Order: sequence, then structure tokens, then C-alpha cells
Amino acid sequence: MSWVSKTLSSTLGRKLLMALTGLFLILFLVIHLIGNLQLLFPDNGESFNLYADSMAHNPLIRLVSIGNFAFILLHVVYSILLSRYNKNSRPIDYAVSKASTNSTWSSRNMGILGTVILIFLLVHLKGFYYEIKFGEMPVVDYAGVTYKNVFAIVAAAYSNLLYVVFYVVAMGFLGFHLSHGFASAFQTLGLNHVKYSPLIQKVGFGFAIAVPALFALIPIVMYIWSL
Amino acid sequence: MNLTLKIWRQKNNSDKGGFKDYKLGGVSEDMSFLEMLDVLNEELSGKGEDPVHFDHDCREGICGMCSLYINGKPHGPQQTTTCQLHMRSFHDGETITIEPWRAKAFPVLKDLVTDRSAFDRIIQAGGYVSVNTGGVPDANEIPIPKTIADMAMDAAQCIGCGACVAACKNASAMLFTSAKVSQLALLPQGQVERKTRAEKMVAQMDAEGFGACTNTGACEAECPKGISITNIARMNREYFSAVVSSQNV
Repeated sequence: MSWVSKTLSSTLGRKLLMALTGLFLILFLVIHLIGNLQLLFPDNGESFNLYADSMAHNPLIRLVSIGNFAFILLHVVYSILLSRYNKNSRPIDYAVSKASTNSTWSSRNMGILGTVILIFLLVHLKGFYYEIKFGEMPVVDYAGVTYKNVFAIVAAAYSNLLYVVFYVVAMGFLGFHLSHGFASAFQTLGLNHVKYSPLIQKVGFGFAIAVPALFALIPIVMYIWSL
Repeated sequence: MNLTLKIWRQKNNSDKGGFKDYKLGGVSEDMSFLEMLDVLNEELSGKGEDPVHFDHDCREGICGMCSLYINGKPHGPQQTTTCQLHMRSFHDGETITIEPWRAKAFPVLKDLVTDRSAFDRIIQAGGYVSVNTGGVPDANEIPIPKTIADMAMDAAQCIGCGACVAACKNASAMLFTSAKVSQLALLPQGQVERKTRAEKMVAQMDAEGFGACTNTGACEAECPKGISITNIARMNREYFSAVVSSQNV
């Protein structure tokens, strides 16, 4: 085995991959959020539709999106590998365990939180990504040019209360996942320092609340608009 | 105090094992937890029964030999070693569940005794420094800043009891291994084997079957010596920088 594959198959190497892919996905969340917040511009979706069109035709974005799917897959595959390995490290469990006195619930249940997020992601991709890429799309004209009316299918989806509730709940799970994952990724990378760690903890906590809350705000507002 | 003890009994490594309940009366709250078990064993021996086997040695909280997962926590409800835990931490009529450390790398030998030689093999893999033979070197011959010496000393406080492994949901030995890697990486004497040490100790830790780290912090919270998880971050730095720069292909 080469030193690279030996390193990446060690427990530390696997955690490194989890941390790096996790941090990339955190960055992706920020970009995705900035784009999606344009749904809330009161211009009947014009700025959002133009933005969606520019994203779809930007070669750099298309390249990054392939990377994004690859990193999601890596994050999922390695979490399964690690979870199985970790479970195997304690074949017989304790009869009595007071884990809640020494660690947070989210830190102990990243797998469960991640699974719910993955289910959400699949529904989300089917509902929007797949429809926009391959589905029959309504169109709209701006200054004589025809664009796909992405805003229309988002607005239609978010007029369904069940869908909105699903999104908001999923964002709650994402928040708990991030509340541990954000700072944990830095610790895995070895970035633990008396000067910076308190800041990383605080930023991570704020991020875990603000980003999912803003994501959840979009379907809520659009549902209210649809009434 | 009158207590009900729910103790894990297992004849040997291949035995399936199970819990057995014991009633124990006349326990003084000034007894240490191990003295309480001594009293139980006196009773069991008197009745011709097999006494409960458990690890212990110095009973001063410095050797790392005692263990026991008491009421869902390693070394019981206080952040100390089991030998320094006193019965005043429990109340009259309480049921106390006592289990061995649970980890694939710590197989149960008998009752509450586990084989922790996996830790010894991690140390053998790289937890040492090369020194010249000959006369005793002068004190302060090698200058070490106080802050660095303190950090190394904090890591060196690890007594290798295995509470970190027992507390971790993944039975990971990262806190132990990182304390040993840190202690030597921080000091000038540890520089010679620095890279090889990080690589070999991590490889041995994995080979023993300890789990990976999820950064839950349970190990730090339960460690009787207060070893910090900043050591785990340091070990990660040591390991990643070693694998990319060492001569070991």
C-alpha cells in the first residue's frame, strides 16, 4: 500500500476526509444560501431566474457542482465506513451508560442527523435539481430573452404546507449536525489553539443557527406569499 | 449503608458472562469503592464463593491500574480514579451497576478485569526517547521554556487507565495516544523520533482495533487526570505533518 492510501485508510486519515469534505459542504451552504435568498426579492422572481440561468451556464460552477456531488458522496461513504468501524470497536455495549453527562447529543448522533439530511437532500434534488435540469420547465421572457422560470416551480412547491414543514424540520436537523460538525472539523485538522478555538466554537454555533434559519425562512415566507 | 451491587461476572474470555446481584450491608461512607468491594469479597470467600475479580494496585490514584464502569460512567460519578472514589458519593439503598471497560481492544479476562496490554503495545511502537548511556546528565542541561514544560507535564499526567476508551462511544484511544505523542513531541528530547513516533503509534492504535474520534469530548470529561483534547488536535497535526514529510514511504 502506498503511503497515501495507507494514510487515508487510517482512522486519522478517514477523519481528515470527513473534515475536509464537511468544510467544503459548509462553504457550499453559504454560496447556496446567498443565491437562494434572491427568491425573497420582491420582483416576481426575475433576479432569481437570471441568477439561476447564469449559474447553469457558468463552466466554473458546473465543475464545482461535480466536485460538490463527489464530496457529498465521499462524506456519506466515509461516514458509513467510520460508523461501522466504530461500532465494531465496542462489540458489547454497556448495560448502563450516562453519556449525556459527558458529551452533547448531537456529537453522539451525527450519523442519525446526517441520515435525515441525506434523505432531505434526495427529496430536494429530485424536487428541484432534477426538475430544472431534465424536467419540463415553464419559461419566462425578460427583455426579449427566454429563460427557464425556476422561480415558478419553487413557488409552486412552497405553496404546499407539507413540503414547507418538511423543509423547516430538515433545517433543524442540519442545525444540530452543524453545531457539532463545524468546530469538530477544525479539531480533526489539528487546528486547536488557545487563541482561535473559542472563536471557532462561537462562529460554529452562530453558523449552525443562522444558516439553517435563513434557509428555513425562504419556504416559510414563500408559503405566506402563496396564501 | 445497605447497597445492591449489580456486578458483571465472567469466568474467562470465552465465557459469555452476565450480571449477578449482591446485597451488601454495613458499608461505611468513608470506605473507598475498592474497600467496599474488598468487604464483598471477604463475604464471598467466607461463603466459599469465587470473589469478584477487579484490577487495582497503588490505591493512591497514580498507577492507572484500577478501572470499573460504575453506574454508567468510567471510575464512577466523580472525576477521579475508582480507588479515590468514596462511598459517600452513593446513598443508602442505592443499586450500583459495575461493568468492565467495554472495547474490542480491551478483552475481558475475568469478571471486571480487562487486558489493557494494547496500551503497552502502543507505547512500545514509539512512546519512548533515545538517550545516551553514561553518567546522569546535569539538571537543566537542556533549556526548556516553562510554558512548554508545563504543557508536556500536563500530557504526561496520563496514567493509562483507559477511562478515555471506556467513555468514548467509539472505544477510541485517541486521548491516551495523543497524550503520549504530545508529551514527547513538545520536549527537545523527543525530537529524534518525532515523525516516526507519530506514524507508528497511530498505526499501532489502529491495529489494536480502537475506534476513530468523533470529537464528542467524552474522554476529556471523564479523564481522572484531566487530559485535554487539545492533545488530540496536536497528535493529528503531528501525524499529518509526519506522513507528508517523513522518509517512510
